[in-house]
Amino acid sequence: MKHFVSQLALASALSVAGFAAHAANTDITVAMQLEPPHLDPTSAAAGAIDSVLYSNVFEGLTRFMGDGSVVAGLAKSWDISNDGLVYTFILHDNVLFHDGSTMDAEDVQFSLNRARADDSTNAQKALFAGITNISVLDTATVVVTLDAPNGNFLFNLAWGDAIIVAPESIDGIKQAPIGTGAFKFANWVQGDKIELIRNDAYWGTPAVLENVTFKFISDPTAAFASVMAEDVDAFVGFPAPENLPQFEADPRFQVLVGSTEGETILSTNNKMPPFDNVKVREALAHAIDRRAIVDGAMFGYGTPIGTHFAPHNPAYVDLTGTSAYDPELAKKLLAEAGFADGFETTLHLPPPSYARRGGEIIAAQLAQVGIKAQITNVEWAQWLETVFRGKDFGLTIVSHTEPMDISIYANPEYYFQYENPAFQELITNLNATTDPEARTALMGDAQRMISGDYVNGYLFQLAQLSVAKAGVQGLWANAPTQATDLTAVSWAD
Amino acid sequence: MNRNLIIGLILSAIAILAALVSFIWTPFDHVAMNIPAKLQTPNLTHWFGTDHFGRDIFSMIMVGARTSIAVAFVAVGIGMGLGIPLGLWAAARKGSYVDELIMRANDLIFAFPSLVIAILITAIFGAGAVNAIIAIGIFNIPVFARVVRGAALPIWEREFILAARVAGKKAARISVEHILPNVLNLLIVQATIQFSLGILAEAALSYVGLGAQPPTPSWGRMLADAQTLVSIAPHLALIPGFAIIITVMGLNLMGDGLRDHLNPRTRVART
Repeated sequence: MKHFVSQLALASALSVAGFAAHAANTDITVAMQLEPPHLDPTSAAAGAIDSVLYSNVFEGLTRFMGDGSVVAGLAKSWDISNDGLVYTFILHDNVLFHDGSTMDAEDVQFSLNRARADDSTNAQKALFAGITNISVLDTATVVVTLDAPNGNFLFNLAWGDAIIVAPESIDGIKQAPIGTGAFKFANWVQGDKIELIRNDAYWGTPAVLENVTFKFISDPTAAFASVMAEDVDAFVGFPAPENLPQFEADPRFQVLVGSTEGETILSTNNKMPPFDNVKVREALAHAIDRRAIVDGAMFGYGTPIGTHFAPHNPAYVDLTGTSAYDPELAKKLLAEAGFADGFETTLHLPPPSYARRGGEIIAAQLAQVGIKAQITNVEWAQWLETVFRGKDFGLTIVSHTEPMDISIYANPEYYFQYENPAFQELITNLNATTDPEARTALMGDAQRMISGDYVNGYLFQLAQLSVAKAGVQGLWANAPTQATDLTAVSWAD
Repeated sequence: MNRNLIIGLILSAIAILAALVSFIWTPFDHVAMNIPAKLQTPNLTHWFGTDHFGRDIFSMIMVGARTSIAVAFVAVGIGMGLGIPLGLWAAARKGSYVDELIMRANDLIFAFPSLVIAILITAIFGAGAVNAIIAIGIFNIPVFARVVRGAALPIWEREFILAARVAGKKAARISVEHILPNVLNLLIVQATIQFSLGILAEAALSYVGLGAQPPTPSWGRMLADAQTLVSIAPHLALIPGFAIIITVMGLNLMGDGLRDHLNPRTRVART
């Protein structure tokens, strides 16, 4: 009995201590699957870099909010000339870089010029393509001149690739990034974690959290274990949708299901026979049962799409009907194309489960209409090498997570090699149009054109799945861009 | 017949029978997906339940037995086909540079952890059942070469070999006609053990995604697929796990039993 009482006392003492620690909790450990290769968002395509640094450490003139809207960032306000060609940005005062130097108009000029320079390694140089001149009026005023009106310009500047950096910080940016954000970079243990600490000299609303740790856990089983064991406070982009019902049923956790910009597609090599034949691609589209893929690979999380556009975007057109599941029609189309007995092709699958599991389901569905897809599982590096750069593939499954990226179809060099001058003209028109209604109409046309050409198999919009401890509040449920914005995150009392 | 041998034979027979029957009959098409019927626990329709794609696990286990056994069988075949002649040759030329060359080359292969090299081979030449067979096969070569050489050396000292030599038979002919029959018992036992190791190696390679590629069922890949589902559908991991255990245990018991059964000394001791 005495033993029992002492145990009870110990337990209550522990829980009191636990409560005290919890009440003052300003630390958070956030896990994600992929570790950034380095820490410069302006010189690599890797989304993992933005997932750690966007908004937390680095800021741009404008920025994305969690609902996908674009609002003012380092620019306090701006003025657009009537012809839509000249943008005058007024910067916030008293913005300091983490090394103590002032952020001023010259840093903005430097950052944008660096991004659009000929030798720039920026992964999204197209964002800056229309800029002809950037001039500094005074320390707080920058004037950007475009060669043509661009309805997307403020949106473009919100990307992680357009963040503002200081010239003197470039040398060390890949290892020790210096930005203007609410958090400062503190430490990086490669293969394990990145630590940030609160920037007490922040120009805007300071963050509530003091210490932030990003942990990188790539294995889905380990991810599940780390959350269950409460080793991490949140897992953003949880890789195993099948485990979410368990977290939902557990009062210790909350599950956040949101939208992403990730159109998950059965990418088709449009230049490789027989996929250069539109009938074959149409047959492919009708051979795929999207519902089965969403249920089987994603356990129901995901919205079926019929074109390369995010369903939560107001300009989205539901075109799933043009490629409805109809294996008989698919067989008929294959016969018309001269492949009554089907054909063989390859299906390259990168590591995420949407691709690996989705690929097995698609291979089985294609087999039903006589197409034999040989599955090859590849790692990301290999995928980038063979599929993305080498264009040596028949089919592959990948999620295109960049926002508003339908313009990739206007680039005939892009890995799926869709070449249609009419579409290229359409995108040129779209870029030059600023009127919102006219833009919506053009975006609709663009969606219909690629859907009607059956460029790729359009599968579903990837859901953003995150798990967090019940007390965490302020996390983004959606992923309008690759980001884990912790500036407004806190613990409930 | 000892007890080990009987149990081993029965267990191995289950796996082999499952593999053979799968050629003519399985309860369901092992690749047919039925996603609304996914993750069923074992029931009267699906005896072992269904996986995350609604495929019938019983059918997959049967066809998976075929994959495992085929890979292990061919791999052991490669090991025996190359290892036995090398071992015989080395024994026949004991102490010569041929012997040294063969055995040191074998040591070299043996020095590497076999599974790591198997992973390396499949990573370089691509994942797939054929490369898995080759990778596992290569590591069986030194095993058989060593066993054969070790067993052959004392036989070379025997009088009947001397008689054969006096009769003018060449070393190669003596190896085949007199040495080989005398080491055969040992080889059968070793082959059984290597066979079980081959099944384990195939499962391990498939588990890391380097063995037979989907949709070909494989016990190792079934285990890997079950990983994140184990907390909601444990049978997905337990069933292929048991299939591997039963088969490997069966083959090991059979190997032990055969060794006792074929060894004149233990056989005498037991009767």
